[in-house]
Amino acid sequence: MTVETELGNILEWVKSMRRRVHELAREWEDEEGNLIMILHAIQNEFGYIPRGVANELANELGINMARIYEVITFYNYFRLTPPGRHHIQVCMGTACYLKGAMQLHDDLDRELRLLEASGGREGEFQLESVRCIGCCGMAPAVVVDGETHGRLNPSDARTILKQTRRA
Amino acid sequence: MESKQLTAGDLEAYWVETPPTQPWIRVGMDTGGIAAGARRVYKALVEARDQLGLPHDIRQTGSLGLSYADPVVEVGDASGSTVVFGSMDEESARDLVRQYGRDGNLLEDRVIASHDRGRAFDGQPQTAILVKDTGTGKSEDRTAVFQELIREELVVHGLDKRVKVYRAMDMGLYQRGICVQLLPSRVTYADVHGPDIRRIIAESLRGGQVLEDLLETSGELQERIVLRHCGRIDPDELDSYLRAGGYRGLKRALLEMSPEEVIEDMKVSGLRGRGGAGYPTWLKWKLTRDPVSDRKFVICNGDEGDPGAFMDRSVLEGDPHAVLEGLMISAYAIGADTGFFYIRAEYPLAIERVQRAIDQCRAAGLLGPNILGSGFSFDARVRLGAGAFVCGEETALIASIEGRRGSPEPRPPYPSVKGLWDKPTSINNVETLAAVSSILDRGGNWYAGFGTEQSRGTKVFAVTGKIRNPQLVEVPMGISIGAIIEDICGGAVSGSNIKAVQTGGPSGGVIPREKMDVPVTYESLQELGSIMGSGGMLVMDTSDSMVDVAKFYLGFCVDESCGKCAPCRIGGYQMLKILERMHSGNGKPEDLVIIRDICHCMRTASLCGLGQTAPNPVLSTLQYFEQEYLDLVSAPVTGTSRPRRKVTTSLKGF
Ligand SMILES: Cc1cc2nc3c(=O)[nH]c(=O)nc-3n(C[C@H](O)[C@H](O)[C@H](O)COP(=O)(O)O)c2cc1C
Ligand code: FES
Repeated sequence: MTVETELGNILEWVKSMRRRVHELAREWEDEEGNLIMILHAIQNEFGYIPRGVANELANELGINMARIYEVITFYNYFRLTPPGRHHIQVCMGTACYLKGAMQLHDDLDRELRLLEASGGREGEFQLESVRCIGCCGMAPAVVVDGETHGRLNPSDARTILKQTRRA
Repeated sequence: MESKQLTAGDLEAYWVETPPTQPWIRVGMDTGGIAAGARRVYKALVEARDQLGLPHDIRQTGSLGLSYADPVVEVGDASGSTVVFGSMDEESARDLVRQYGRDGNLLEDRVIASHDRGRAFDGQPQTAILVKDTGTGKSEDRTAVFQELIREELVVHGLDKRVKVYRAMDMGLYQRGICVQLLPSRVTYADVHGPDIRRIIAESLRGGQVLEDLLETSGELQERIVLRHCGRIDPDELDSYLRAGGYRGLKRALLEMSPEEVIEDMKVSGLRGRGGAGYPTWLKWKLTRDPVSDRKFVICNGDEGDPGAFMDRSVLEGDPHAVLEGLMISAYAIGADTGFFYIRAEYPLAIERVQRAIDQCRAAGLLGPNILGSGFSFDARVRLGAGAFVCGEETALIASIEGRRGSPEPRPPYPSVKGLWDKPTSINNVETLAAVSSILDRGGNWYAGFGTEQSRGTKVFAVTGKIRNPQLVEVPMGISIGAIIEDICGGAVSGSNIKAVQTGGPSGGVIPREKMDVPVTYESLQELGSIMGSGGMLVMDTSDSMVDVAKFYLGFCVDESCGKCAPCRIGGYQMLKILERMHSGNGKPEDLVIIRDICHCMRTASLCGLGQTAPNPVLSTLQYFEQEYLDLVSAPVTGTSRPRRKVTTSLKGF
């Protein structure tokens, strides 16, 4: 790819991003207290809230960046960095915790380290622990790329990773 | 159909009961069911049905609450008989269609015996016998042996072709030895011994007599009011809700009652808020109705913060219209024109289903101007949470809907006076609102007939942790915790012993095993140092360290503290540090004194409920399991990374 086409792509992206932020702002214009809903829409679209997009939004809504960051940083759900290609969320709610979620998390973590050490792509997986995902009846539970799996054994950690890689 | 504006007359036409004319199959497709594979089961059922050209109407539905058996499938026919199957997968789904749908055979080890047990045979020939060894605590599973005994006896009577014998997945009875249920009568015998088999076949199955000495007469302990439609209707269809009597409460309120009369009926019902605090719903509505204001709001609190509980998710996913109807009724009662559902972003399916319910109601004229010609106008919107527990607290929730950080505000002024955008606002929990719609349908007096004097009605609990059958239960208040744990959910997971039950999540406390007969009421749980809470019921066994549990909850509250007030921000953090130090074996005896001091300070001086109640798990474990703390400070464990084991092996009395 030449520098020109690469720059072209970036400019194209910026333009479409601007358009999208504009659309979102218009869509929620008549709604009181719309900021959090717009941020959800942005995160859905970009996977996180890029600084440039937040800046654009501040312009659109006519508010300070600080006002946007104050909100983003308060809520755990919003992220400021791009997520990995595969997203693994281990539930650390009480039911899962009692049923060995900590162990499951550590096993996954170890497997991922091994994977990276053996030449796996960096950042392919993102592992995090989250609050109850409402499947406590099937504890311990994890969400992999939006899909919930329950009643897991520690030995399932490896299977999950394998299946996810293949998918 | 749904784009038509519905009139009161149209609604009444829906409410005429029409029994199904075709056999049907329902698949429980809430988040839990889907996680267990319900989508694949659904697809396999449809394919098998089409392949065999069977007439079954296959529908998605919410959860029946049987988490331990997910994915769950229920099959019924025009005669009104229904059978529930659990732990389904694609293969058993195909078997189900072939064997049951076509040939009338049940599935071995998948069929769940009905709790609605029969008392008589009514002259019907019995065609199946379910068997299950529910355990006696001493022998291994004898189900297969008894199945064989029964089959042999059937051969003797030449009945083996007509009557099939199956292992039941669950009987709803525990520690009652061998149990059998005859179908279709549902006559159930418990504590069956070898010699009884002959009598069951000869006298009961053939002779049509009920054997009183073996008959299981205990009835259903649960009472489904909030969960009345969960697992029964299609949550994505307004029609389905209407046919089940939906929006009857709304119609009664709007067309037959004044707002004051609605509030009066709520007062008669005795309903108290199910979100945790137990504030009388009628009083909250009255206090929000009284102030004069150009606008008022109603909010449904679907933030379900207690980690380890899923009552509200199940209701939102299984019966969203029931909650919406409750919200509309509350709006009518207080005079609000706009309502919000505040739902956790972690519940995408609940969000989707509630949004769909709203869209359907708008299209049908049940939301919008002049609803059912009553002159009452109302619209509802969905707002998402973003992963902050404190936003379940009402003032923080309001800030969040306004698009700000979810920091709580001191109360008073209460939201009923100064709430969303400074207007009078009434906030109710999901379960509260689902109860409201049935109360307005059937009357406050009817609802007041359940429960106890101070705690009326029913409560939904999510029973999880070290329990045999984790599930959602709805019970009349006043029932004992022991009955929920032992009789409904089957007691501890096999091979372990229950140590305590935690209610109220991060704001609640533990109830030790010796106190299991405490009735479930707001007052009695509080007396024991816990709270009713929103309905999480976490079962812990003797391998769980109470200090660890306290540390877990406290860690949660420290993470979730908004940081606005010092007692919660600093107190919680310092206490957590001490607990961690103790847990790693470096505790000092004075630590317990400091912990109690900090607890006292947080309780009295914190700004909102989060900080005020965060010490509860610590205080209540200290109250009942102080020895575990003392063990940690008196015998420091050095050099071991697993002090937790150390603690639990030193436990006496269990
Ligand atoms: C820290 C904190 C978290 C709360 N979380 C919830 C929640 O997740 N869901 C809920 O319904 N109520 C929650 N509440 C209680 C609400 O503030 C409020 O009392 C309730 O929604 C009122 O509804 P009700 O009267 O129908 O119970 C929470 C309270 C506090 C202090
Ligand atoms: S605690 Fe893990 S899903 Fe609820």
